[in-house]
Amino acid sequence: MTAAPFVVLEDVAKRWNGQLGVENIRLEIEEGSFVALLGPSGCGKSTTLRLLAGLEAADEGRILIDGRDVTAAPASERNLSMVFQSYALFPHLNVAENVVFGLKVRRVPRAEREEKLARALAITGLQGYEARKPGELSGGQRQRVALARAIVAGKRLCLMDEPLSNLDAKLRNSVRKDIKRLQRNLGITVVYVTHDQTEAMSMADKVVLMRDGHIQQVGTPEELYNRPRNTFVAEFVGAPPMALIRSSALGGFAPGQMLGIRAEKVRIAPAGQGRLACTVSESEFLGAETLVGLDHPEATGLSVVRPGLALMPPGEEVSITFDDRDLHVFDADGRRLEAR
Amino acid sequence: MARSIDIDRRRKAVYGWLLLLPAGVLLSLFAFYPTVATFWSSLFSRGTRRRPSEFVGAENYAALFNDPTFWTVVQNNLLYTAVTIPLSIVIALVMALWANSRIPARSFVRTAYFTPTVLPMIAAANLWLFFYTPGLGVLDQIGRVFGFAPVNWLGQPDTALWAIIIVTVWKEAGFFMIFYLAALQTIPEDLREAADIEGASRWTYTRRIVLPLLMPTTLFVMVNAMINSVKLIDHLFILTKGGPSDASKLILYYIWEMAFAFFDAPRAAAMTMLVLLVLCVVAAIQFFLIDRRTHYQ
Repeated sequence: MTAAPFVVLEDVAKRWNGQLGVENIRLEIEEGSFVALLGPSGCGKSTTLRLLAGLEAADEGRILIDGRDVTAAPASERNLSMVFQSYALFPHLNVAENVVFGLKVRRVPRAEREEKLARALAITGLQGYEARKPGELSGGQRQRVALARAIVAGKRLCLMDEPLSNLDAKLRNSVRKDIKRLQRNLGITVVYVTHDQTEAMSMADKVVLMRDGHIQQVGTPEELYNRPRNTFVAEFVGAPPMALIRSSALGGFAPGQMLGIRAEKVRIAPAGQGRLACTVSESEFLGAETLVGLDHPEATGLSVVRPGLALMPPGEEVSITFDDRDLHVFDADGRRLEAR
Repeated sequence: MARSIDIDRRRKAVYGWLLLLPAGVLLSLFAFYPTVATFWSSLFSRGTRRRPSEFVGAENYAALFNDPTFWTVVQNNLLYTAVTIPLSIVIALVMALWANSRIPARSFVRTAYFTPTVLPMIAAANLWLFFYTPGLGVLDQIGRVFGFAPVNWLGQPDTALWAIIIVTVWKEAGFFMIFYLAALQTIPEDLREAADIEGASRWTYTRRIVLPLLMPTTLFVMVNAMINSVKLIDHLFILTKGGPSDASKLILYYIWEMAFAFFDAPRAAAMTMLVLLVLCVVAAIQFFLIDRRTHYQ
């Protein structure tokens, strides 16, 4: 892309009474993309979103939306919409009133309001619920009202703060697809906060993985999975996460290095002929395959995937092997080394 | 089979009645019976040593309607109610909104506002007596600085009732503020954030979101304020005793006077019945009309 990015965060920092919120947040978001802010709780992903929304003021750095510096602009002037984790629906207003609240506040003429309302309700499948109060809706319906409110004004940037975390697992899957389809059809830019890596990996064009107020890696889901920049990313992304082996356990690597390997790249070797001798710690039958957890004194998170139902009794000795080209090499500080 | 169901149902009915019994007994003893007894005694004439009391029907009521003092008192009370309720509610709401926002020394502000409520009405009235005293009182001392002549706030018919009204509002606003504060704290912060993002100003947010969500509290406060406007008369005893020339006399004070100063218990009973009747009607209106338009969470 040659055009300037739609949203830019330049070295943004936020602290509370000297305590770190986020720091050195440097991020560029292209128009029409779906960006997920991912990380464990307390990593600063929600803070980043709130800084972008204008609900918090940045202590350092600049925020640009659509080429305009909005660092000091209030939330209402940033021309964006937001879906809250709690949905933040107005409990005394019915669905229609909730959805058009912003349009009314901004004095959009009635005819236009009605038209946009009808369209937003059609997109979110809420026709017939106009007169219901939020208290009379199910969790999934409330979530759709929040979505309808976010898209009704046709804002090009939409922020979502863990919008699925209050839904049950089954609903979460279908709403996930709905949100993704919505984003693609409307061509809007979505910044989406989540702690669930499946959500981030399945929906986002670009994932921003954060930890302790710092960005760890920015990239496509595929990049994060296949080329983790450090051991934190390696151990956070993927189910099961990447196993890490100390280089002392394998020959041919510099001391102090860490070697990462994905479970699907690990093979079981005939007894005594593998590169590592491990003990089975547990087996998990997942349907199409069985995930066997392994223990080794020099490694963490080792496991092997076996097709079909192939449980192994805990305590059994197993010899495993893998190819050098499937290994990810990290230095003593956990940073990825590109040269193999 | 049918018999066991029958017994079961009867047992449940007995259980229900037993649960109702304590409240029923207390209410009958202290509310229903006194009401009926009051009504009954309002139908008799005042007994003297020479003429024992006899049944006179509605005569006590007729006498009341012909009593100019009664109408003055009714007028006073209507004005008193019409001013104290809205004024104390509005002040309570403004104080609560302010004390709920991020201000320095927030808990001090809250405590300061609440202090008048903790003070007994008699003590509060004595305090205000000190404010109002002509010449020596705080109000006149401040007035003197600006060159105003001393005013006998409590001693002249034009200002006496208003002076009483101010004391009541001062006393009640802090109390109602506590209810509003509690209600404000149940409104989640992200509603404000959502409204912010939608472009709502602070005023729009307050008017369209906060005030409607406070409606149940407002209803509760209104009913309380109305009851208080009839029942709270302690300060009259200290400040004006209803004077001068009945200018600040409220209905309950008049009832008390009738019963214990003029010893006309039946007439006092008749007045009590009228007050009860009006209160019932107003409470019914409040609950049935406003309740329907109120959102409960």
